[in-house]
Amino acid sequence: MAHQNIFDQYKAENSVIHRLSPIVKVVLAVLFIFSNALLPDGAWLSFALKWGAILMLSLLAKLEWHYTLKRSVIVLPFALAGISALFSLPGKTLAIWQLGSLELILTDAGLLRFESILLRSWLSVQVAILLVSTTTFPDLIHALEHLRLPKMLVTVIAFLYRYMTVLSDEALRLLRARQSRSALLPEQRGGGNLLWRARTAGNMVGQLFLRSYERSDRIYYAMLSRGYSGHLRTLNPHNINIRDWLLLMLSFLLITFLQFFARL
Amino acid sequence: MPITHNSPTAPPALPTDSTVISIKGLDFSYPDRHIALKNISLSIKEGEKIALVGPNGAGKSTLMLHLNGILSGGGDLEVGLLPLNKQNLPVIRSLVGLVFQNPDDQLFSPTVFEDVAFGPLHMGLSEDEVRTRVDEALAQVDMRGFEDRLSHHLSTGQKKRIAIATVLSMYPQILVLDEPSAGLDPRARRGLINLLRDLPLTMLVSTHDLHMAKELFPRMVIMDKGQIVADGETRVLLEDEALLEKHGLEKV
Repeated sequence: MAHQNIFDQYKAENSVIHRLSPIVKVVLAVLFIFSNALLPDGAWLSFALKWGAILMLSLLAKLEWHYTLKRSVIVLPFALAGISALFSLPGKTLAIWQLGSLELILTDAGLLRFESILLRSWLSVQVAILLVSTTTFPDLIHALEHLRLPKMLVTVIAFLYRYMTVLSDEALRLLRARQSRSALLPEQRGGGNLLWRARTAGNMVGQLFLRSYERSDRIYYAMLSRGYSGHLRTLNPHNINIRDWLLLMLSFLLITFLQFFARL
Repeated sequence: MPITHNSPTAPPALPTDSTVISIKGLDFSYPDRHIALKNISLSIKEGEKIALVGPNGAGKSTLMLHLNGILSGGGDLEVGLLPLNKQNLPVIRSLVGLVFQNPDDQLFSPTVFEDVAFGPLHMGLSEDEVRTRVDEALAQVDMRGFEDRLSHHLSTGQKKRIAIATVLSMYPQILVLDEPSAGLDPRARRGLINLLRDLPLTMLVSTHDLHMAKELFPRMVIMDKGQIVADGETRVLLEDEALLEKHGLEKV
């Protein structure tokens, strides 16, 4: 079964961005995200400049200008985690809501912080989307390896990538098997009670876990059979050339400059 | 940043004796005390192609997992005159190329290249040698050009071929395959049979596909309830209807 995996967001193109060393791309994306976090609240112009940079990179990567924008929407609900910032900063009171015994005071500083958090996470998600759309996942894994991320972590990510589809197929088969036997007789109330259904769902989760556990055993045997002795070895000659270094330096300078600019 | 390796090691030479695997009195029971293998004795000579048949749960897969020391039970097991023990384990694993039934278990790397290179890399070979071996192994299974493909985007037939390539790249002395034709469509199965026929290697292949056994393997070992119940010429055994029926097999 060949199918798409949520990690397979790569869009094959032949562009400057695609050809860039994956190591450089990972470093730049992380730098970009860090600098988002460090920008002060309400630095609207800096946020706008950063979005401009994303648009420019998207065009350079031969993607449509709204490519990252469209894909970033699904991640936005997670930014609601910042909602508590609305009510937790001292400042000028804008509104007061009474929630039972809880009094929520919306302040101007809180609103500013919340909007900034929203923008920061939104920009960060877009740059991450840009990264995975222009770099194949195996290349990303190699880049993490070269950047000396702990081996165990890289291995876990690589296995997650490889087995995501296998696991989702397994879950899908379980669900289909349940559906096929979830029949109803005419004029007969069926479906069981909530507790019974919950137990079935619990059993299915347990099944999935057991199957994955047994599979992990078999994979480990397959690794042992080919000489695995505790650490993974790979052959990935991703060389960084002088152009990559220059680009890294330039981007670093730009990002640092933006930090100062935002604080003027 | 290529990762540097120690001096390349030469593939271990087989002793002059032509016995590749010799098993004497092998017993094994699983932790839940279920007896899986009882007094198994088997000797495999260089160049032999053997079919291992028998009903589900007969112990075929368990026996195969013993051949490279993943499981170890009581009794004597020698691979290329090396007794199976801790010191010999790494060498034995390079001599026995074990391919698992489900290619999704066998192919655990993101790309085809990395999977086929896994064995050679762990043998400490140089980068050039690894690349040569991957290329050779993929050519042997007729999958050249698939190096950068992602394993989870391949068809089952393609995965099976790559799974075989992952052990061919280790230059094994014997190929041990667990139900290679299971789950293949007729064309992929035919392709696999042709591939196995052309590989000049000693082979032990467990299968329920008696047609394939008849076509490819001159010798047949029948297992049932953890024991070897027959060992002889495939041609002769497949004529013995009483024997076949007793062990859940059908004449072909």
